Amino acid sequence: MEIQWYLYLALALFCIGVAGVLTRRNVLIVLMSIELMLNSATLLLVAFSKMHMTEINAFGPEVAGGAQVFVLFIIMVTAAELSVGLAIIVMFYRSTKSVDINFLNRLKN
Amino acid sequence: MGASQFIFIFLSTLTLAAALGVIISKKPLNSILWMMVVCFTLTGHFILMNAQFMAIVNLIVFAGAIPALFIIVVVFINFKKLSRSANPIYLKVAGVLSALVLMILLITAVAGADNSKTLLRKGTGVGLTENLGKLMFHKYVIPFEIISLVFLSAVIGVIIISRKDSLRN
Repeated sequence: MEIQWYLYLALALFCIGVAGVLTRRNVLIVLMSIELMLNSATLLLVAFSKMHMTEINAFGPEVAGGAQVFVLFIIMVTAAELSVGLAIIVMFYRSTKSVDINFLNRLKN
Repeated sequence: MGASQFIFIFLSTLTLAAALGVIISKKPLNSILWMMVVCFTLTGHFILMNAQFMAIVNLIVFAGAIPALFIIVVVFINFKKLSRSANPIYLKVAGVLSALVLMILLITAVAGADNSKTLLRKGTGVGLTENLGKLMFHKYVIPFEIISLVFLSAVIGVIIISRKDSLRN
């Protein structure tokens, strides 16, 4: 399997996430689109870690495995970010009774 | 066409269709379920790339824990009382167009790269749990501990943000 197919898949996934962020106004769906973009990044990191094992002298197994450790860190940071974001959404809903992203400026005060 | 290519094409179409379902579907609960489908297919991609540890972690976190969080929030929010608000049609068209332009730009960048036809090597054992564990607890011990601190601070932050009396202050 060539690396370019994984690249095209990750690009398509990322652009679908971008379109979701730009077109939807529900905060939950915007968060899910951001999660889609992060998923495409993790997919690409794992694919590159498999690709860089092909050239033996360029990158050793330690570097190639480091990409997957990095993916694990990304997953942890994503979980932290999503929990904080969902808490902010709950507070936003409590104060404005809405989940529209255009009303987020009401969070001041 | 080999078996792995057939599985790759099948999983990719499923991934893209489910991702489109995430951003198209009207109800947020349907979006969450489509998001779970996306995560399942990405787990399939990871298994296809022989990254088994990442596949299981992806399955546990993205298809198990995070949809549960989203579902809790959806249960908390009363969507029937919300006013139906959507972007005007020209904003939607503009968003889709700009995403398409970004995709065309990135695809031309990838197609012009000289090593985009590199084959992924099979049977390297890089993604097995044993090798990743050795790597994580020898070379990357300090980032691992720091990320646990980040996680702890996120938990404390969530508790502080979502207290009942934090609105009054």
